[in-house]
Amino acid sequence: MDKNEKKPLEKVCIICAKGNLEDVYAALIMANGAVMEGIEAKLFFTFFGLDGITKKYMDKLHTATVGNPAMRMPGGLPFPTLLGTIPGVEAGVSAMMKQGMAKLDVPPVSEFLEMYTAGGGEVYACKLAAEMFGLEKDDLWEDVIDIITIGKFYEMSDGDRTQIIFT
Amino acid sequence: MKDLNIAGINVNLDDEGYLTDSSQWNEEVAKELAKIDDLELTDKHLEVLKFLRDTYNAGDALTIRRVGKSGVVTIKEFYKLFPKGPLKLSSKHAGLPKPTSCV
Repeated sequence: MDKNEKKPLEKVCIICAKGNLEDVYAALIMANGAVMEGIEAKLFFTFFGLDGITKKYMDKLHTATVGNPAMRMPGGLPFPTLLGTIPGVEAGVSAMMKQGMAKLDVPPVSEFLEMYTAGGGEVYACKLAAEMFGLEKDDLWEDVIDIITIGKFYEMSDGDRTQIIFT
Repeated sequence: MKDLNIAGINVNLDDEGYLTDSSQWNEEVAKELAKIDDLELTDKHLEVLKFLRDTYNAGDALTIRRVGKSGVVTIKEFYKLFPKGPLKLSSKHAGLPKPTSCV
């Protein structure tokens, strides 16, 4: 066998476990980026990540202004944690993040998911977390294929050119 | 870098098969470039390529989302027309540089 033979990635399975705006976007950009390159992609949402595919919340995600040491004021000064606790600040910061994304032609979460599935990407929800949060299939975005167990997820992650990514 | 003789014109391709000089592009060149990727271009394909060229020449970044909003094709159709990497393939056949966008 040729040692220098390239083995391009064929499939990525991405787990999104957090519901912050930037965490959900990170998962979406990686998953959609895979589809754009002709790589098969499966997105699995679990725990607070489920907000990213819950109809009620998916387009209203926030960036945390408390407990986020990388958060800075415009201009680069540190962002005081106490400031982040003031009502409305988190909403304002999240709106700024969304504007920044829109400038780069990054769509809102629901439209991003539509783009991703139009390219053949698949979306699943975690059974255990959905049960824990009392979520039914009807609460989730309409193109979520199924609510599945982690065992099923591993089954779908077969193939020796597959990577599992946890965000 | 290699040269390709298409319909009597010599066009230059970079290592990844993109035209080095976008002004050398025409429909014949597009069809020959697509053949390298085993793709037979239809009128619909050419319509997409023209949209990409117009957008690019207007100075706008090319993204799949923009193609989807073009009114020429939906994103689903775009993936069907240029399977396995629609933006890269179509940019290549449109004689444009390799797209650098992540979305």
